[in-house]
Amino acid sequence: MVQEILQYLFSGVTNGAIYAVIALGFTMLFSTTSLINFAQGEFVMLGAMGLITLWKGFQLPLGVAFLLSTLGVAGVGLLMERLAIRTVRKPHPIVLVIITIGASILLKGIAMIAWGKDAHSAPAFSRHPPLEVAGATLLFQSLWIILIVVAVVLALQAFYRKSLTGKAMQACAINRKAASLIGIPSEKMTLLAFALSAGMGGIGGVLVAPITMSSYDMGMLLGLKGFCAAMLGGLGNSWGAVLGGMLLGILEAMGVGLFSSSLKDAIAFLLLLGILYVRPSGILGEKAIHRF
Amino acid sequence: MTVSMGKTLHESNTCERASMLRIRNLKCYYGRIRAINGVSLSVRPGELIALIGANGAGKSTLLQTISGLLQNWEGEILFQKEPLKGLRPPGIVERGISLVPEGRMLFPPMTVLDNLKLGAYRRYRRREHTAIEEDLEEVLQLFPVLREREKQQAGTLSGGEQQMLAIGRALMAKPRLLLLDEPSMGLAPFLVRLILDVLVQLKEQGMTILLVEQNARAALQIADRGYVLENGKMVLEGNGCDLLADQDVKRAYLGKDYREFCEGRS
Repeated sequence: MVQEILQYLFSGVTNGAIYAVIALGFTMLFSTTSLINFAQGEFVMLGAMGLITLWKGFQLPLGVAFLLSTLGVAGVGLLMERLAIRTVRKPHPIVLVIITIGASILLKGIAMIAWGKDAHSAPAFSRHPPLEVAGATLLFQSLWIILIVVAVVLALQAFYRKSLTGKAMQACAINRKAASLIGIPSEKMTLLAFALSAGMGGIGGVLVAPITMSSYDMGMLLGLKGFCAAMLGGLGNSWGAVLGGMLLGILEAMGVGLFSSSLKDAIAFLLLLGILYVRPSGILGEKAIHRF
Repeated sequence: MTVSMGKTLHESNTCERASMLRIRNLKCYYGRIRAINGVSLSVRPGELIALIGANGAGKSTLLQTISGLLQNWEGEILFQKEPLKGLRPPGIVERGISLVPEGRMLFPPMTVLDNLKLGAYRRYRRREHTAIEEDLEEVLQLFPVLREREKQQAGTLSGGEQQMLAIGRALMAKPRLLLLDEPSMGLAPFLVRLILDVLVQLKEQGMTILLVEQNARAALQIADRGYVLENGKMVLEGNGCDLLADQDVKRAYLGKDYREFCEGRS
């Protein structure tokens, strides 16, 4: 039994790390722009498909394919802000949310044309044999995922705490008007937030590609899971996103293992409903939730 | 409306050539509502100008317009002979105007030092690192309490300390013109004195200041000149001490009944 639980835990932490990085994308954009981007899941899909194409298709080295996929997705995020979000004359939150849903449908359509409807797969990042820990099997790919997510979270923290741009982004998140009064260009910060948040989605996609089948329509579910994780931890809080992602991943794996695999996706949404009912601001969230 | 003393608005043209900031016939709108109606004003280099008036007179609107927060206006605003029309707040900061906003608008979860350094955001972008360090030192000398609290979160400071931080943050941009919106609001009298003393000190160092204050007496006491704004119109202009002695101003803003003042005028 302990061995089984440990096995579910490994699987949960691996998926949780991916949810965490997707949730970070949501949370990062929300804290700078108060916007929830429902195209975030498509960024994950683009990251996965990009990696498969560049690494498997064009035979580029893994590191290069990883970097190019992430940068490419960040570029798509940047374009989305410039072409779809900034052009809105009266940016009411609901209008912007609908635009992101539209962008999601558009990106999914383009992906279907580009990669077809078939599912694609990517090999594991390295060919090391699985490790055995207390009788449970730990895939090396899981270690890669956890390692990369930890590195991303630490890099993001360093960016926010040490760099002037990171602090300026934080300032924008705290009080946009005050930030602009001291000379911080809030439009540039929004653009950067979009690019970084899309990049986070891209990294999520790159990480998920070797452990699942990737197709043009994979984004929706992963995006929603990331959103659940962000809400669970507290939208707008980076550590909340990590905590929410891990909790969701682990609870999902335990639910599948101990109850039924048909419960897998239901768990995320039951959790989301529970949070919205009991603590709408999430576990670590402090901000008041606006109804609009 | 009679202008009882000081120079009338239209007589001040002789000084305008030397003005750092010149506003002519400014009209500002909130949607369709006109909040400022044909205001003219000039600020010469090195002057400390007080802008006084009752609640809703349009004082803050005027500062917000100069600093680029409000874009819906007509008329002319020239800063060092350059028009400010169409510039957003970051562009205004770049030109050399900094606003210490009403309510301070600090970044409460960030440290005092980070708040101050962010004030110099555009100068960091221009790579003026050495000069910024020197200015930081000057600001910390001006407000020694901020040095003691530099690692503390801005949100944990007292009201007076927060106001000092807000002024310090604006100074970090190295402005040529400093705009202050009600810096004494909510502060104990001794803190008001302290803040105003700092403004005098800054003026002596050559800073040009446009101060909006409800505390008219305190503001006029330290000002070179003052303007009185009423219902979106400039109704009086004069030297600080002349305005302090003016019967109308005394009645309206220095303690006597305001309603009586208005009725007397109509």
